Amino acid sequence: MGEPHAYGGASAPASDWGDDRMTEITREMLLDLHQRMVRIRIFEEEAGRLSEAGRIPGALHLYVGEEAVAAGVMAHLEAADQITSTHRGHGHLVAKGGDLRQMYAELFGREAGYCKGKGGSMHIADLDLGMLGANGIVGGGPPIAVGAAFSNKYRKTQNVSCCFFGDGASNEGTFHEAANIAALYRLPIVFVCENNGFGEFTRQDRHQAIQDVADRAGSYGMPGVIVDGMDVTAVYEAAGEAIARARRGEGPTLLECKTYRFFDHVGVRGMGMVYRTDDEVLQWKRRDPIATFEERLQEMGILAADQAAAIHERVLFEVREAIAFAENSPPPDPSVLLEDVYTLAAGGGR
Amino acid sequence: MTAPESAARRLPYVMAVNEAITQLMREDPAVFLAGEDVALYGSVFGISRNLLAEFGPERVVDTPIAEAGIMGLGIGAAATGLRPIIDIMFMDFMTVCMDQLVNQAAKMKYMFGGKARLPLTIHTMAGGGRSMAAQHSQSLEAWFCHVPGLKVVMPSGAYEAKGLMVAAVRDDNPVIVVNQKALLGASAPVPEDLYEIPLGVANIVRPGSNFTIVALGAMVPEALKAAETLAEDGLDVEVIDPRTLQPFDTGTVVASVRKTHRALVAHEAVRFGGLGAEIAAQIQEEAFDHLDAPVGRVGAPFSPVPFSPVLESHYVPTAETIVTEVRRLLGRQA
Repeated sequence: MGEPHAYGGASAPASDWGDDRMTEITREMLLDLHQRMVRIRIFEEEAGRLSEAGRIPGALHLYVGEEAVAAGVMAHLEAADQITSTHRGHGHLVAKGGDLRQMYAELFGREAGYCKGKGGSMHIADLDLGMLGANGIVGGGPPIAVGAAFSNKYRKTQNVSCCFFGDGASNEGTFHEAANIAALYRLPIVFVCENNGFGEFTRQDRHQAIQDVADRAGSYGMPGVIVDGMDVTAVYEAAGEAIARARRGEGPTLLECKTYRFFDHVGVRGMGMVYRTDDEVLQWKRRDPIATFEERLQEMGILAADQAAAIHERVLFEVREAIAFAENSPPPDPSVLLEDVYTLAAGGGR
Repeated sequence: MTAPESAARRLPYVMAVNEAITQLMREDPAVFLAGEDVALYGSVFGISRNLLAEFGPERVVDTPIAEAGIMGLGIGAAATGLRPIIDIMFMDFMTVCMDQLVNQAAKMKYMFGGKARLPLTIHTMAGGGRSMAAQHSQSLEAWFCHVPGLKVVMPSGAYEAKGLMVAAVRDDNPVIVVNQKALLGASAPVPEDLYEIPLGVANIVRPGSNFTIVALGAMVPEALKAAETLAEDGLDVEVIDPRTLQPFDTGTVVASVRKTHRALVAHEAVRFGGLGAEIAAQIQEEAFDHLDAPVGRVGAPFSPVPFSPVLESHYVPTAETIVTEVRRLLGRQA
């Protein structure tokens, strides 16, 4: 059964890897990580504006502040590696290489969207990219990610699945069942806990009696690792180890990334709220995963300030182009309402 | 399509299910079976006996008691190229994995704009008659028929059990196979070949001219017995076995009622909100002018399934219940 507690549970050290560690990551990868984060940030900020302006229907759960987690994990994955996501799923798909036009078209509920306008923000998916869906049910993803991992092992591929979930979802029974099965069968899976400190609007200390979700890993017989989820290189390094371990057939890891949601659970606002202080938000914003990373890249001589600004500008252009495409694309025809409830048999019947 | 009487080999229901799974696993390496005690123990009902020896632990998988986890395992595996059979030991236990089944499996195809394909079979055991009381005896098929994206089959005998299982596993959608404990020992002619009973097609088990009984699962043999008794009243009863409950073959039922002008639906599930209500509604919508009597419904009374054999024998509908209700509908004394 492997080596439980290989990384320790509660005693696992929080990551404190400095710039010297970053030298082990290639310059190319550092820029890749930066680019992934910027794409998520700008995608989400623009989506938030559109939502507030009433141009996008329904609810949006924005990923701003947590970009280092998706970027650091997804940089290790290929298309055939699967992920399950959460209600806060745009960032995961952007980081996995999702097409921005199809993503925005879906947020607008248009025919050209990833889900032909039938899923929306909470069900955005790209199975060809191994993105098995954002999920409107907290805790809905872990059992499905276990199924994908089972499938990878059964089919003898070298692929892994990564299950993104929050501190809130770690209280769902599905997480417990999934973690137990994954460890029991030594499945190639990484449970990536995005601990942003809140289950919806309830602070972590009011929804669970532990501080570190990673504490739970040992009880399933898997290592639990804690990293600074605002530090993309820390996430990248730790995810790399966990994913490599899974690929080697050594079983699952619970990787807890301590992060923070700059906006609200749903929508944009985020400040002036009863459930957290503005001071707390500002403190976390000082640790903005993109701004702090850009400072480090600048110090390392990898990315000058004007170069970073040019990247933001280019991504913003790409995002706005995707928005224009989406908003100008047609809505689904009402005749498709009953299509795709079932997969039709080859003969056309069901 | 009825069991050919020429097929001399008779097989108990439970062995028909076992044979279906065995042959499907031989046919397609993507098929695997996972569930509680399905491998080493061969399932508490015997449906997977000998499978572990033939196919090994990679394809016949004992799971923890974790229905949501098991269901999710099936969903994730189905979405990534496998063709799982997930065994949920008792239908009552489906309540423990309702999110995975109803919010995830049933909706993935539609929510993702048609891109997901979910060839997932859920095999479960429903019904009473064995004094297993309120948490191991329910018939909850109506719940699942209410959820777009799911298919539901309910075999009425060994022949149907094998053929519907094959169709379920070969289908590219989540299909729930509702077997019933009361039928497990019942034998019928079962072809040795791997045959398929098409989903969504009802079977006229007994042709008749002036009364239609639509019977679900274990109520089919009861309806056939009732038909013999009612023949003494001068009724020539047609018995229809829908075989698939979702999608439901309304056409066959309506055509029958247009001919017989009178109908009753019999199922073991609680009568209130059961499939009988839906089928009766469809009959009156499609054949109102042909009806000479109200559409009757036979089902369990509105209580949990009791434990005591005496109480349970009053709970589960039988041929006698059906006869009594038909006579009441026609205004005749028993």
